[in-house]
Amino acid sequence: MDIKLQQVSYAYAQGTPFEKRALFDVDFDIPSHTYQAIIGHTGSGKSTILQHFNALLRPTSGEVHIGDRLIIAGKKAKDLKAVRQKVGIVFQFPEHQLFEETVLKDIMFGPMNFGISEEEAEARARELVSLVGLPDSVLDKSPFDLSGGQMRRVAIAGVLAMDPEVIVLDEPTAGLDPRGQKEIMDMFYQLHQERHLTTILVTHSMEDAARYADNIVIMHEGKNVLSGTPRIIFKDVETLKKFRLEPPRIVRFQQKIEHMMGHSLSKVCLTEEELAAEIAQALREERAES
Amino acid sequence: MPEILSLNNVTFSYTPEIQNSRNAVENVSFAVDEGEWIAIVGHNGSGKSTIAKLMNGLLFPQQGDVRILREPLNEENLWESRSLMGMVFQNPDNQFVGATVQDDVAFALENNGIPFEEMVKRVHAALEQVKMSQFLDHEPHHLSGGQKQRVAIAGALALKPKLLILDEATSMLDPQGRAEVLQTVQTLRTETGLTVLSITHDLEEAMLADRVLFMNDGKKFAEGTPAEIFALGDKLVEFGLDLPFALKLSKLLQKEGVPLMGQHMTEEELVNDLWTSNFNK
Repeated sequence: MDIKLQQVSYAYAQGTPFEKRALFDVDFDIPSHTYQAIIGHTGSGKSTILQHFNALLRPTSGEVHIGDRLIIAGKKAKDLKAVRQKVGIVFQFPEHQLFEETVLKDIMFGPMNFGISEEEAEARARELVSLVGLPDSVLDKSPFDLSGGQMRRVAIAGVLAMDPEVIVLDEPTAGLDPRGQKEIMDMFYQLHQERHLTTILVTHSMEDAARYADNIVIMHEGKNVLSGTPRIIFKDVETLKKFRLEPPRIVRFQQKIEHMMGHSLSKVCLTEEELAAEIAQALREERAES
Repeated sequence: MPEILSLNNVTFSYTPEIQNSRNAVENVSFAVDEGEWIAIVGHNGSGKSTIAKLMNGLLFPQQGDVRILREPLNEENLWESRSLMGMVFQNPDNQFVGATVQDDVAFALENNGIPFEEMVKRVHAALEQVKMSQFLDHEPHHLSGGQKQRVAIAGALALKPKLLILDEATSMLDPQGRAEVLQTVQTLRTETGLTVLSITHDLEEAMLADRVLFMNDGKKFAEGTPAEIFALGDKLVEFGLDLPFALKLSKLLQKEGVPLMGQHMTEEELVNDLWTSNFNK
C-alpha cells in the first residue's frame, strides 16, 4: 500500500491564540513495499507527519492518500477503521500501552476490535509471539511481569496482529540494549521482506537509516527538504550539517580514511562490513600499483 | 581518595518469598571514591537500575549492605543520605515539576528549606554550570531533550551532592542531545571534580569513565578501566552489549586480510595503525 502526502500543512490548536504550525507544504510519496526512513532534528516535524499516516491527525491544508483512501483538509473523514487496520503504528515506548490481564489477551485485543473472530485472533497471537522472539509460555503471563524488552515485543505483536500492510515505527529501539536494538531492527527488516510490507521508520539513528532504508526523507523546520537513497543522502555531509544532522559514524570514519589515503573509496559505505571490504579492496589496488 | 559509596556483598530479589527465584542483584560489591567517574554497563535486566534503587534506599538488600560515606544506609539516615546523591533519570519529561526552568531547579531547594537568598544564588550557579543560564524563565517542555537533561542535572547540582547518578540519562536523546549532556558532565568534572556514576548501555559513554562495572544477569561480571573491559571483546556481545565502533571495525578489517598491529579502542588509534601498517612505507 502506498502513501502520498500532497502539500500537507498542519497547525496544532488552529484558530486559538496557541496556534502553532508544525508542517508546511510537505510533499512526498512512499511507494508500496518501500522501506522509507524519515530523519530530522528534534522539532523538525517528524512526529506530526507520522500521525498523518493513519489519519490520527488530518491536515489543516492539503491531502493525504493512504492506499485508495483520500484524507482532505477541511472534510470530515468517516469510517477510518479500515485505514487504522491497514496502517499499524508502533509508537515510542509502545509497552506503555499494554493493559490486559494476559499477554494473549493483549495481543488479541486489536484484531478483535476490528471484527476478527476470537479463534482467529488467538491463532494470530500464538503465531506472532514466536515471530517476535518470545517463548509460548509468556502468553498466559501478565504483560507487567515481563522485562522491558519483552514488553516491547508483546506491544509490537499487538500491532502486527492487525495484519497491517504498512507499518510505521517511531524510534522503535529507544531504551533497549545494543543486542535488543539489533534484534528488533532485524526482525522488522525480515517482516518487511517476508510480508511485503511498506515500512516507515522515524528515527534519530542515522546508522539504522543507513543500514535498513531504501529511501530517506529529511525533515527540517516542518518541511521535507531532501530525499534520496542512503548513499546519496549521506554523501553530502555539508548539506546534512545545514539541517543539523550528523552523518552516520561509518561515513565520518570513511572520510578520515579517504583523507589519509588521498583519494575516495568507490562508494559511500553504509555498514561496517561494507567499509572494511572497501578499505581492503583499496589497499589491494594500491599494492598492485606499486 | 575517600570513599563516597559502597555496596558490600549485596543481594536483592524482588520476590524473596518465592524459593529459588532469580536474584535481580547477586553478591555485588564495589566502591565509588571521591572524584571518580564510574560507569555501570550491562544488558536490559542485568540489574543496573536495581543497583541505582539500592544506592538511594528506594530498595533495601536482603543480604549485604550499602554504605554512604562508610555509614550503612538504613531507615534513620535515609533522607540525609539521599541529599548527598543527585539523580537524573532516563525520561526528561517525567522529572519536571516547575513551570519555568528556574522554578524547577529551585524545587528541591524549597523542599529542603533553603533560605530564599541562598536559593536564588544556587539556582543561578547551577544553571551556569550546565550553560543554561539564558533559559531561566523558559518553560521546560519547550526545551530540546538535551537541554531538559541539562536542567535536570542543574536541579541535582543545586543540592550540592557528593555524587551525581545518571540512570540512562542519555538513552532517550538524539545524537546531539547525548553529546551535549556528556560534554556538560565532562566539563563539570574538570571544573569541580564532581563524582559521577552513570548507568548506561552506551559504550561510547562508558569509555569516558575512569572505571567500568560490567553487569550480567544480576552479577558483576568484570570491573576495570574502559580499555580492560573492552578487551573482553566478544563477551560484551554475548552479554547483550556491543563493541565500540573502532574495535568492531578493527576486527572486520583483520577478517578482510588488512594488516594491522592490533585492535583499537579509538578511531584515532585505528587510523594511525592503518597508516603506519599500510601506507607509510
